[in-house]
Amino acid sequence: MNRIDRKFAALKEQGEKALIPFVTAGDPDLETTEKLVPAMLGAGADLVEIGVPFSDPVAEGPVIQKASRRALDSGTTLVKIFGMVRRLREKTDEPLLLMMYLNSIFRFGTERFCSLCEETGVDGVIVPDMPYEERGEIQGAADRHGVVPIRMVAPTSHERIQMIASSAKGFLYCVSSTGVTGMRSRFTTDFSGFFGAVRKYAKVPCAVGFGISNPEQAGKMAAYCDGAIVGSAIVKIVEREGRNAVPAVASFVRSLKAGVTGAPGSAPNG
Amino acid sequence: MQKAGRYGEFGGQYVPETLMNAVHELETAYEKYSRDPEFRAELRRLYRGYANRPSMLYYAKRMTEDLGGAKIYLKREDLNHTGAHKINNVLGQILLAQRMGKKRIIAETGAGQHGVAAATAAAVFGMECEIFMGVKDMERQSLNVYRMKLLGAKVTGVESGTGTLKDAVNEAMRDWASNVESTYYLIGSTMGPHPYPMIVRDFQKVIGQEIRSQLEEREGRLPDCIVACVGGGSNAMGAFYEFIPEKSVRLVGAEAAGKGVDTALHAATITKGSTGIFHGMKSLFLQNDEGQIMPVYSISAGLDYPGIGPEHAQLAKTGRAQYVPVTDEEAVRAFEYLSRMEGIIPAIESAHAVAAAMRIAPEMRRDQILVINISGRGDKDVASIAKYRGVKLNEPD
Repeated sequence: MNRIDRKFAALKEQGEKALIPFVTAGDPDLETTEKLVPAMLGAGADLVEIGVPFSDPVAEGPVIQKASRRALDSGTTLVKIFGMVRRLREKTDEPLLLMMYLNSIFRFGTERFCSLCEETGVDGVIVPDMPYEERGEIQGAADRHGVVPIRMVAPTSHERIQMIASSAKGFLYCVSSTGVTGMRSRFTTDFSGFFGAVRKYAKVPCAVGFGISNPEQAGKMAAYCDGAIVGSAIVKIVEREGRNAVPAVASFVRSLKAGVTGAPGSAPNG
Repeated sequence: MQKAGRYGEFGGQYVPETLMNAVHELETAYEKYSRDPEFRAELRRLYRGYANRPSMLYYAKRMTEDLGGAKIYLKREDLNHTGAHKINNVLGQILLAQRMGKKRIIAETGAGQHGVAAATAAAVFGMECEIFMGVKDMERQSLNVYRMKLLGAKVTGVESGTGTLKDAVNEAMRDWASNVESTYYLIGSTMGPHPYPMIVRDFQKVIGQEIRSQLEEREGRLPDCIVACVGGGSNAMGAFYEFIPEKSVRLVGAEAAGKGVDTALHAATITKGSTGIFHGMKSLFLQNDEGQIMPVYSISAGLDYPGIGPEHAQLAKTGRAQYVPVTDEEAVRAFEYLSRMEGIIPAIESAHAVAAAMRIAPEMRRDQILVINISGRGDKDVASIAKYRGVKLNEPD
């Protein structure tokens, strides 16, 4: 059983929801990221998404766009990120995921990428510009090396939900609303309809992301599924606090975990 | 059989899940309306009565005599309404948007030619229009910015990244993902996720079809060579497509080499690029070893793009078309040359094709025919070329 499945199984047993925070690797530098990841895990994060900076992140709003820029300016590369994951793995056995654009994998070499994921301990990879139909780009290599490509569904997926959700591994990433990443003050998605369809077909846990900016929202959204993903709101703190972001991020993550813990409902089927 | 939307290994649909149903809807709508006689008739009427098609095929007598080789014809896309080939695609896509029930269109623009064309079509069809344009390009092409506003479009400056065409595409894709139900993304070149490269090519292929029939009438034969500039590749694909099966017709694309392909300042994607996945497609891109998209440079804001349409990538790979780099200096010389020689001021983009043709024509026989696609007119570039040459122009108060 991989770390992702193990984690969600444990959460289910405890009747808990997952909190999945995101940070951009190398923002403002990799030393800071290397401190942020364990600090977030210590503060209650269940899985961590590590963003690989890309020059042209088309699925991101301004906050993560700027973080990507800062990370590239600080000289962050994929090889250095793998080095960091390798060191983090000496300290933690919690699931670590990379969130990145397909070109970064393609150009690095899909086989080499997946083999380094396995070697350093990356459990899964989220690739927002690789839709279900193009999954063949990495599926073979990912399977060979035990890396889980996380599938995504969106409120615009409609009849596609069955196809995507039924074959998802690890967990299903449910995009909360149309648009790019970034904080939203309100959501217009019909969540009960959307998650109703998702829950009908998904055989794995579901986590919701995009636009969740505070513990209250995290709790509300997590109530529809098995966990909440929070990115821009955390990256915003890193933007403000820079190298000293660890305490503020940890305390925010703690409040988010409290938010999802207070969420009604329990893990799937249980 | 080749999978739909693939050109060899190139092409595909690499967009976020949020947009997948939108690209599929577009595929379905295009499939339906491209065969609909009423749709086709309306597009023909717009081409003829609004865009001023067919565009002329002009025999460049003085240029032919001066270069001393092939007989040179100019395909005058610069005479289209709005001054460039861009209107061909825009009229087709706006009809499609209208049939699909969309109320708002968005578009990216580099030099502003596609933005102007999109704003024009939106005005004719009474649709809301927002154009995304890099802030650096807005500076270089302020006349076109004003033109778009005059046409009733909202122009949104894009500051992220390099503030040029690729960043405008990024921002347009972000807007599309945010407003996918109401909005039609009117892509201006043969790029992006399937079905865009096919749709844009189909709406531009009228250029090559006209070249064939006009030349047949004048010379009773096919051309020997067609030269067009390539940024994303729409005017070149439009000129080439009809002749791809005609193996005797040499197809040449002129890429922007900026300060030279051995410097960091160029946009010669085919000459210097490598395979990648970006802006919805697998194609050739200028990128570093980490897959970060590189800043590109050209004097021409319309060619200043780090990628190329997937069908061009395949034509280059199979050798069916050749792509040659043309520097800023060569393009500016060609811009001046065509102005003096034929009384035609070409767009600086099209001047890249003229420059490539000036190299090729003298090596061809006098009984051979070379067609240059003059994709746009150069009024928009006059001020920046004057600046390039150190000529100071007085701005009226």
